[in-house]
Amino acid sequence: MKFSCFPVGFVRLSLSLYLCWSLAAEAQLAIEITGAGANRIPVAIANFAGEAQGGPTLTDVVRRDLERSGLFSLVNAGDAALSETAAVDYDGWKLLGADALAAGSLRRNTDGRMEARFRLYDIGLQGNLGGAAYLAASPQLRAAGHRVADYIYEKLTGEKGVFSTRIAYVHKTGGRYELRIADSDGQNAQTALVSREPIISPAWSPDGARIAYVSFENKKPIIFVHSLTTGARQVIANFKGSNSAPAWSPDGRRLAIVLTRDGNSQIYTIGANGGAPARLTSSAGIDTEPQFSADGAQVYFTSDRGGSPQIYRVAATGGVAERVTFEGSYNVSPRPSPDGRNMAFITRQDGRFQLAIMDLQSRQVQILSDFGRDESPSFAPNGRMIVLATEVNGRGVLSAVSTDGAIRQRLSVPVGDVREPAWGPFPR
Amino acid sequence: MGKMISWIFMTLALASCTTTGPETDAAPVEDRSGVARVDADSVQRGNLPDILTKGALSRRSVYFALDRYDIEEGYRDLVAAHARFLVENRDFRVLIQGNTDERGSREYNLSLGQKRAEAVRQTLLLLGVQETQVEAVSLGEEKPRAEGHNETAWAENRRADILYSGEF
Repeated sequence: MKFSCFPVGFVRLSLSLYLCWSLAAEAQLAIEITGAGANRIPVAIANFAGEAQGGPTLTDVVRRDLERSGLFSLVNAGDAALSETAAVDYDGWKLLGADALAAGSLRRNTDGRMEARFRLYDIGLQGNLGGAAYLAASPQLRAAGHRVADYIYEKLTGEKGVFSTRIAYVHKTGGRYELRIADSDGQNAQTALVSREPIISPAWSPDGARIAYVSFENKKPIIFVHSLTTGARQVIANFKGSNSAPAWSPDGRRLAIVLTRDGNSQIYTIGANGGAPARLTSSAGIDTEPQFSADGAQVYFTSDRGGSPQIYRVAATGGVAERVTFEGSYNVSPRPSPDGRNMAFITRQDGRFQLAIMDLQSRQVQILSDFGRDESPSFAPNGRMIVLATEVNGRGVLSAVSTDGAIRQRLSVPVGDVREPAWGPFPR
Repeated sequence: MGKMISWIFMTLALASCTTTGPETDAAPVEDRSGVARVDADSVQRGNLPDILTKGALSRRSVYFALDRYDIEEGYRDLVAAHARFLVENRDFRVLIQGNTDERGSREYNLSLGQKRAEAVRQTLLLLGVQETQVEAVSLGEEKPRAEGHNETAWAENRRADILYSGEF
């Protein structure tokens, strides 16, 4: 039921689908594809042998993941099941237009858990590209499906898939704020924190176990670190004034944070369990939005020290800051890419707030998104997509765009505003 | 339907490796999906004397121009009145909350709101209020008094509020 209600490809939600979807789980994020890559790889995912028909299936999860990525087009594999041990009719699949085929099986082990086995074939080369097997309790079959999709994605594109990752975001309805964690396909959304006061700036720990964020529950911004599985929360920074903008170092040992205990917003670092903060930047104006580079050597940040908000970077050990953006009068929210080559940020042009990406070598800037109210970008851990918050028809929605601008998705909920997305790390 | 519901809502259980796959050992699908829920609501309010809730001292808001954080002429008397009260009543403490309109980066707006709150705090200190009596914080764009998306609402939200102990 729930799966049949999920929007697929370019098909928009019809009213009836919308209703049953909202009944099934109004908390889920609906992901709608609004743009796809120009050269998509045609791939066939045969029904896995042993799957119960009529209900949601693991192969559905695999297909939707691959299709949603915008890099694949699905070749209709028909209704027949095909196990990983069956012979492959390469000529037949070639006639159907498939470049690759996945076949597999699902069976119940003696301990009651399900085992998904599959193999991937190159139709043109008539060869076996490899395979894997995943064991999961029945309710976790979707997670196994994401693993299968990640495997296929990596074999066919050469980069790691992000289907098994999670996305954190803040859902606001009326005066109620919820920090939610959803799977990368928007499903399985769970609430980590609910509050009547704002929650902003969620940041995943590198191991994906904790999230740092700013909560206003004590009438002022305070930084917490929250363990997702236990719900245990620790106040990391509650100094005089405002405490905000937490960003983890890549080794997970420290956070860069913003404190105003000495007047204006300035950047400090602090241990992941709190302790005494060490000042990193020193200016007469605003310094905020710190973000570590992927190698941990640099901290990018926003500062108005030059008269308008611009992006700077400084060695993580301190020193003289170097200005990174020069065009325009408002460049904020720097996000260095996972490979260290690019930096996503928000720029204001003619009153419109847009997502831009800069090649840090050539300093070339490209506008990736132009809803007019783009905020809070966050890279997928493989660097392919950037999720951001924006506004469509007066409501807060999330949008994801590939770094080449070709692939576009919209993530929304039926009621309320979605904002402050943070894409989680690869699973360990 | 029951089966489908269970598919959707059943608690996710830990999986591990026991058998082998076509090429490799079966990889356990780690359970990362358990998320505990916390409720942060906790609000108490004390009672304030009439002098702070009626008359001149009931005015608590200082408004700012776009991108500005200097206190305009029209609000200096208001801030001075609160300074006089705080000098005469050393037991009272205030929290200055700075606010911005909704446009632009949330974190940058938090810093801009802090500058506005800090401008009020500095003025109070200049007029004799003690450091221990006043704290400046920012709410950025997070707590708009006016919910609209137009210039009127934005102007209302570019503001610093003076809150007395018991109000925060």
